[in-house]
Amino acid sequence: MAWDRNQMAERAAKELEDGFYVNLGIGIPTLVANYIPDGVDVTLQSENGMLGMGPFPYDDEVDPDLINAGKQTITELRRTSYFSSADSFAMIRGGHIDLSILGAMEVSEKGDLANWMIPGKMVKGMGGAMDLVAGVKRVVVVMDHASKAGDPKLLHNCSLPLTGQQVVDMVITNLGVFEIDRGKGMKLTELAPGVTVDDVKAQTEANFEIAV
Amino acid sequence: MKKIYPDARAALDGLTFDGMTVMSGGFGLCGIAENLIVALRDSGVKDLTVISNNAGVDDFGLGLLLQTRQIKKMISSYVGENKEFERQYLSGELELEFNPQGTLAERCRAGGAGIPGFYTKTGVGTLIAEGKEHKEFDGETYIMETGLVADLSIVKAWKGDEQGNLVFRKTARNFNPMMATAGKVTVAEVEEIVPLGSLDPDCIHTPGVYVQRLIKGEHEKRVEQRTVRQRETA
Repeated sequence: MAWDRNQMAERAAKELEDGFYVNLGIGIPTLVANYIPDGVDVTLQSENGMLGMGPFPYDDEVDPDLINAGKQTITELRRTSYFSSADSFAMIRGGHIDLSILGAMEVSEKGDLANWMIPGKMVKGMGGAMDLVAGVKRVVVVMDHASKAGDPKLLHNCSLPLTGQQVVDMVITNLGVFEIDRGKGMKLTELAPGVTVDDVKAQTEANFEIAV
Repeated sequence: MKKIYPDARAALDGLTFDGMTVMSGGFGLCGIAENLIVALRDSGVKDLTVISNNAGVDDFGLGLLLQTRQIKKMISSYVGENKEFERQYLSGELELEFNPQGTLAERCRAGGAGIPGFYTKTGVGTLIAEGKEHKEFDGETYIMETGLVADLSIVKAWKGDEQGNLVFRKTARNFNPMMATAGKVTVAEVEEIVPLGSLDPDCIHTPGVYVQRLIKGEHEKRVEQRTVRQRETA
């Protein structure tokens, strides 16, 4: 049986290392914060200007001046610092953040990422995603293996406008885990319980080595 | 020179003209100049180019200026929370220039710091890079982005004094400090005007040189996504 959203987040949390500064994207990546392994101390960065993001507030603690990049109300921790958007992206672009975990619409076998635009249909914008994938040391994508219509999302080449070229290091889907050697190729390194290599092949357009 | 004005309308008096460029601070609805946005709407100024990370929601923040069609063009990184924006853009009524969020922040910072252009690796190989100068540094490709300045910057701070020194609060700081530096005229609205000398000079976020006019505003501080957790019951 394939992984559900929480299990994908739990798997992604294994990529966290002690002392890491981490930026989590919106959606499934946000859930990763619920699965930080014991003994691993990580500091969460929010690109709107905060290091040391705490959990959601209790009802009587809600502060309109304290939100995350998804515009959700959050809390601060004893380690927290605040800064401007320019400082926040200096941190991101300058390579000071260790890991970014984010969602995607498409990923190519060379590590290209598309997650910000569907021409003529969806105009939301890239927010900080282009800066994150350009600057953060390691980029992990968490996404469903196929679209709601059943189309593969791991492709030879992305069909949608790119967020970044050769920027993804790992993809975690409901079917398994792929490692990407940026610009070279990808390999399947783990399968979700009950999923076979043939199941993965049937839902994947991208070429990949099998290393499970 | 007296910087403190009685209200938002008075603070914008003589500053607005059709076709002007306005920078508007804030991230989502957090740290936006609520009072000055309303005053800008009420001034009736048209054909605005607005530089702001987001575009508000339909009935609050910059959404108010979209409702009245006073905005001709937006320069933003994310506009996903505004249906009227999407409608006006897809129907061709509104021009839109998307900038990656960090590039937008740095363009404002650079503009205010007298830096006309800079190189960044953000957006290389994407639509954002089309038509821009590419240059290699140490084997890596970068694109050139330009600094931004505005005819008017409107920013929101927590506290300010009569000299225009500003202190922001928590994540309501966001784009406000850079935009304060990049306006030919910067008008700030604060929650509290404090006596001179009561702000710790070591902890001032925006020095008063960047702020020409200041008002005390009334702030609704609308929350876009109220997310809470439950206390465990004993």
